[in-house]
Amino acid sequence: MRPWTTPADPYPSTYKPPLSPPTLIKGATVLTGIGTKLDNADVLVVDGHISAVGTGLQAPSGARVIDAKGRWVTPGLIDIHSHLGVYPSPGMNGTSDGNEATAPVTANVWAEHSVHPQDPGFTTALAGGITTLQILPGSANLIGGRSVVLKNVYSVTTQGMKFPGAPYGLKMACGENPKRVYGGKNQTPQTDMANMAGYRAQWLEATEYLRDYQAYEQKRQAGDKDAKPPKRDLRLDTLSGVLKGDILVQMHCYRAEEMAAVIDMSKEFGYHVAAFHHGVEAYKIANLLADNGICGALWADWWGFKMEAFDAIEENIAFVDAAKNGCAIVHSDSEEGIQRLNQEAAKAMTSGRRVGLNIAPEHAIQWVTSNPAKAMGILDKTGTLEVGKMGDVVVWNGTPFSVYALADQVLIDGALVYDRANPPPKPRIDFLLGLPSGVTP
Amino acid sequence: MKALITTRAADACAEDACAKHTMTLAAAALFALVAATTALAQTAQTPRTTDVLIHGARVFTMTSKGTLDNADVIIRNGKVAAVGANLTAPAGATTIEANGRALTPGIFGGLTTLGLEEVQAEATTRDANLVDTMPLHEMQFRPEFDPTSTFNPRSVAVPVARVAGITWTVLRPSGGTILTGQGSAVTLDGRFDAALDGSRSLFVRLGGDSVNISGGSRASQFMLLDQAVRETRNPAANTVNPLLHQAGRDALKRYLAGGRVVFEADRAVDIRQVLAFAQANGMKPVIAGGAEAWVVAEDLARAKVPVLLDPLVNLPANFDKIAARADNAALLNAAGVKVAFLLEEDPTQRARRIRQVAGNAAAHGLPRDVALAAITSTPAEIFGLAVTRGHIAAGQSADLVLWSGDPLEVTTLAEQVWIAGRAIGLTSRQTELRDRYLERIRTQQAR
Repeated sequence: MRPWTTPADPYPSTYKPPLSPPTLIKGATVLTGIGTKLDNADVLVVDGHISAVGTGLQAPSGARVIDAKGRWVTPGLIDIHSHLGVYPSPGMNGTSDGNEATAPVTANVWAEHSVHPQDPGFTTALAGGITTLQILPGSANLIGGRSVVLKNVYSVTTQGMKFPGAPYGLKMACGENPKRVYGGKNQTPQTDMANMAGYRAQWLEATEYLRDYQAYEQKRQAGDKDAKPPKRDLRLDTLSGVLKGDILVQMHCYRAEEMAAVIDMSKEFGYHVAAFHHGVEAYKIANLLADNGICGALWADWWGFKMEAFDAIEENIAFVDAAKNGCAIVHSDSEEGIQRLNQEAAKAMTSGRRVGLNIAPEHAIQWVTSNPAKAMGILDKTGTLEVGKMGDVVVWNGTPFSVYALADQVLIDGALVYDRANPPPKPRIDFLLGLPSGVTP
Repeated sequence: MKALITTRAADACAEDACAKHTMTLAAAALFALVAATTALAQTAQTPRTTDVLIHGARVFTMTSKGTLDNADVIIRNGKVAAVGANLTAPAGATTIEANGRALTPGIFGGLTTLGLEEVQAEATTRDANLVDTMPLHEMQFRPEFDPTSTFNPRSVAVPVARVAGITWTVLRPSGGTILTGQGSAVTLDGRFDAALDGSRSLFVRLGGDSVNISGGSRASQFMLLDQAVRETRNPAANTVNPLLHQAGRDALKRYLAGGRVVFEADRAVDIRQVLAFAQANGMKPVIAGGAEAWVVAEDLARAKVPVLLDPLVNLPANFDKIAARADNAALLNAAGVKVAFLLEEDPTQRARRIRQVAGNAAAHGLPRDVALAAITSTPAEIFGLAVTRGHIAAGQSADLVLWSGDPLEVTTLAEQVWIAGRAIGLTSRQTELRDRYLERIRTQQAR
């Protein structure tokens, strides 16, 4: 069934990868993103896609050859939780576009209509090896709106950055933030129980909306010329898109009991949560998350900024990872952190090892590559160095699991979009033009 | 006899995690002593210390002696007694085999509200903030405000920082006016009387969002500061709506006689104005923040004014930070400016990240030894504590950290921490939570 509720992709991606010569990266330590590490290996990118990974690969004629001896290669990093563009630098009132904090449910808004592509944070994130990122609305609301998945490419329009074929996400939020924003004004929700009631009322409506449409569709297909479709509603378009499985739920939740309740709610209404974001207490229910196929998109060491972040441990990511079928993701939620997702993964790996969890770099790299790709519904396109995937590749100056790690080269769809040794003569971001020099990644 | 001590705290090291780290009886006895002395500290008794020989470490002395490989350090009566090769353990001393691992001074936690705040979003848990946002004509500056007296050594955030090697910090007051108050350095070993003599400093906020609490213009900030100075020098001149009480004038007077004043400022022009203001008024300025400090590096070097900065600040987060860049520290250092580090984001709860930001400064051109100095010896010098802290040398407080690897590296862990010669138990509320759930993780029962 065609998703009638999201007719014909009304704000389509206009991103077209630039034509680029084949690229052969030679002699690197390669972390593939599928859990393996290849020593002294080559990666060949042709026509924007991974063409081969192995040893002794031959450069096609006209190929760009990168000698990566002593260097490490990974898939392009993916940040599943970013507010770049919707809260751009500088952080001004006039461009503070991430939270429509006027009602607890704003499922009708789409983050892509708030993204400012001229955010200098995109370029500093690129220098940190970020090739794909999901931009989410903020967490003021129970249901904040649709996310958008972007490729970290320069464009004057948001459509020019949109990841072709990526599904939408829906940002939802548990806990203290919606309670603080609305409860503080004596509006609902003021309590955790009202948070749950708030979501459930929405799912009831969405269920009805979907049922009405399906009834209409049946009549129409049976030849009933008088059948009238239900009145379209942007909010219910999005919510019913979740119920149909077209839109992936990305839910901000900190506490174990909240996540458990949300999992029950998802079964009550028949949808799936792709990932719990922040999940400071995810370690307490690591197996519950894994059993339900839900990823934990987490920080390495954030804690203590509110009560629901009080029970943090440094091993959270490693514990979620250790569950059978566990899916751990390192996310940033920060224009600073997104520049160093590799270091955050390194810290989480180190904490896990401290308590005897055997975590190798080739495993931990999945926390910032294939696992976020899976939770964003784009693992068939990027997130690993498997043949046929997009040519999203980072060449690091050494192991990425180091405080001294810097991305030397970044390829997106085979195009060399960042080369540390050859910075562009002028900043690519319009905001920085004509200003005194700043922003070195 | 030398004991082979485990490289992990025993509590952190259940079952197979410990396979490679045998704990000898002697080490176990030491651990018991550590635990006992930690318990004592928690009731603020005078802790017992034991003499220690740390044998065969890579000692980052942070002195002119540089880094010594395969060196020994003797701790006696809470202080470093000797540093050198082939030292003999004092009678009764515990010997720690460092096996070439890095030994550094205890790490500076930056400007924080450790012990003054439990949970950021919960106002009842915060003591560093004097709330007073009056219009100009009713505004009162309270430089006498000093939250150091309410420093809570039993705060849950203190052990979290301490187990990561943070042994001291400078308490930063904040408030509803630009003259936010005073703060001192404190040791984080758990004692109640934690303030370190000679470190007390006055704090001033300039630019950024502080413009909103000073009449809406950054020009009014120096106007108000000038008024405060005039009232202090001549109380009789302004008796109607004075900015300062008598206690405030007394407090400010100390800083007009060469006292250390930390000016939080990012914009280059603000930093220049601070230099002029401090010089005109007999203050000894320190710049904190300093996102654009590199622009005026020569002025800072000439005035011998140090800068505390966060090396991760490389975005134009506001119009005071337009020229922020990742090699700010490297540029300042090259110009001869003394640089130390602080954290702008979550400085208190995540104080342990200070090593990581130092490593990032090194990745962006700052020599590694200067980066380590920026979280050890340099802040000790800035805050008047160079004689007791920030170095490994005879006579210094034995605040030491033994690391599993490169002290600036994110894959390195603190394996033993001493403060004032006492080995700190490497537990915090976070390690307790971890250990409670670790078994469920091992048995796949975390539901």
